[in-house]
Amino acid sequence: MLDWLAAFTGGGLAAKATAAVTTTGAAVSTAAGTPGIPWWVWPLLLFVTTFALGIVAVLGGVGGGVLFVPIVGSFFPFNLDFVRGAGLLVALAGALAAGPGLLKLNLANLRLALPVALIASTFSMVGAFIGLALPNDVVQTALGITIVLIAFLFVVSKNTEFPQVGGSDKLARFLKIGGTYYERSSGKTVDWSVWRTPQGFLLFIAIGIMAGMFGLGAGWANVPVLNLLMGAPLKVAVGTSKFLLSITDTSAAWVYLNQGAVLPVIAVPSIVGIMLGSFVGVRLLATAKPKAVKYLVIVLLLAAGLRSLLKGLGIWN
Amino acid sequence: MAKPQAEMLKSPAPQEARAKASVAPQVEVAPEQLVYANVLLYGSWLGIALLLLTNIIYLTGLVKPYIEPAMLPQYWGMKASEFVRVANMPTGWGWFKMLGYSDFLNFIGMALLAALTIIGYLILLPAYLSKKDVPYTFIVLAEVVVLVLAASGVLAVGGH
Repeated sequence: MLDWLAAFTGGGLAAKATAAVTTTGAAVSTAAGTPGIPWWVWPLLLFVTTFALGIVAVLGGVGGGVLFVPIVGSFFPFNLDFVRGAGLLVALAGALAAGPGLLKLNLANLRLALPVALIASTFSMVGAFIGLALPNDVVQTALGITIVLIAFLFVVSKNTEFPQVGGSDKLARFLKIGGTYYERSSGKTVDWSVWRTPQGFLLFIAIGIMAGMFGLGAGWANVPVLNLLMGAPLKVAVGTSKFLLSITDTSAAWVYLNQGAVLPVIAVPSIVGIMLGSFVGVRLLATAKPKAVKYLVIVLLLAAGLRSLLKGLGIWN
Repeated sequence: MAKPQAEMLKSPAPQEARAKASVAPQVEVAPEQLVYANVLLYGSWLGIALLLLTNIIYLTGLVKPYIEPAMLPQYWGMKASEFVRVANMPTGWGWFKMLGYSDFLNFIGMALLAALTIIGYLILLPAYLSKKDVPYTFIVLAEVVVLVLAASGVLAVGGH
C-alpha cells in the first residue's frame, strides 16, 4: 500500500534502521521510568493537562510555554530536553497563529520587532545549545530558580498602559522605531515612540539565552522590557512580544529539531491541547475573574518552580 | 521632559470618534507587513493541520513507525543526545530520508512551522531594499542568515 514510501526511503536504510531499534530495545528497557502504565496514558494526560494550561494561560494573560515547561518537566516522566523542545514548538505555534491579527492591526510593530528579534533569536540559538549541552540536573535547577523568579515578577510587575517616554534616543531615531495604532476602546489613534533602546537591546541578549535554554517562550520578559523600560504602550508591547516569539523561538526550535530533542508524541498533543485550551479560554475571558486567575498562575508557577528546583537538586525526584 | 504617550492620542471630534469606532481602524499598514501576516496565517494553520494528520497516521499505525509508540517510554526519559545514540536516530535533516516511517512524517508539519519566519523575512527583504532602508535591509539579511544557520543543522552540540 505504501510502496512509494519504502522506495523513497530506500530499503537498505529502512532495514538497517529497524534492526538498530530492535537490537537496542533490550538495552534501553532499563531506562523506562514508568513500568506498568500503558504508553498512551502519558500523551493523553499531556493533552488534558495542556488543554487546561491553554485555558489558564489565556485567562492569566501569560504565554503557554512559561507554564508548560516547568509543569510538564516536573510532573511527567519525559526528559527535560524533550519537554523544552515541545515547549518551544508550543510557544512557536501560538505565536504564529496570533501573528497575522497582530500584524494587520499594527499591534505588532516590525520596526520595533525586527532589531530586537535579531538579538533575541541569535542568543536563543546559543541558549538552546547551552541547554542541550548541560547536564539535566543543572538545567532543572536553573529552570526552577528562573520560574520562581518569574512568579515574583508577576507579583511585583505593574505594566503601564501608556508609559512615560522622555524623547527617543539616538538609536531609536536612527532605526525610526515608533508607530501608530488604533485604540478601539477610545476610538482614537495612538502615536508612540521608545527610549532607552540600547539598554533594552542588551536585555534581549539575556532573554534570548533563557528562551532557548529553557524552551519557555519569553513573553514574561519581553513585555516588561518593551513596556516598562523602553516605553512602548502596553498593547504594542504585548502584540510585538507575541510576534517576537515567532522569531526568537524559531531559531531555538530548529536547534532542538536538529539535535533529536523533539518527540512528536510529546510535542503534538501539547500543541493541539494548548491551542484548543486557548480557544476555550478566550470564550471564558468575559466571565473570568482576572485577579483570581492571576493568583492561580502565580501559585502554579511557584509549585512547578519549587518542584523543578527540588528535582534538580536531587531532593525530590 | 518625559511625557505620557496617552497625551499623544489624536482625539477626533465626538461624531468622528463614533464613526471611527464602527469602521475599520484608520491605521496604515505596510503592504509587505500584510503579505507577511497572510504567510503566517495560512502557513501556521497548514502546519498545525499537517501535525494533526501525521500524528493520527503515526498513532493509528497506518504507516510503519521507526519506533513503535509502545516502545517510547523506554526512550523519553533519556537525554536527547543519549536517545539519538541509543535509538540510532538521525540528526540535522536526516529525518527527511526517513519520511517512510510514520514518526518522521510528523516532522513535516514541525519543519513547516519553523520555516515560516524565514519565508516571511524573504518577503520583507525586497520591500526594504526598494525603500533603500539600509539598516533594516541589513537586519533582515542578518536574521535570515541566523535562521538558516539554525535550520541547516551544521552547528552541533556535544552531548553530556
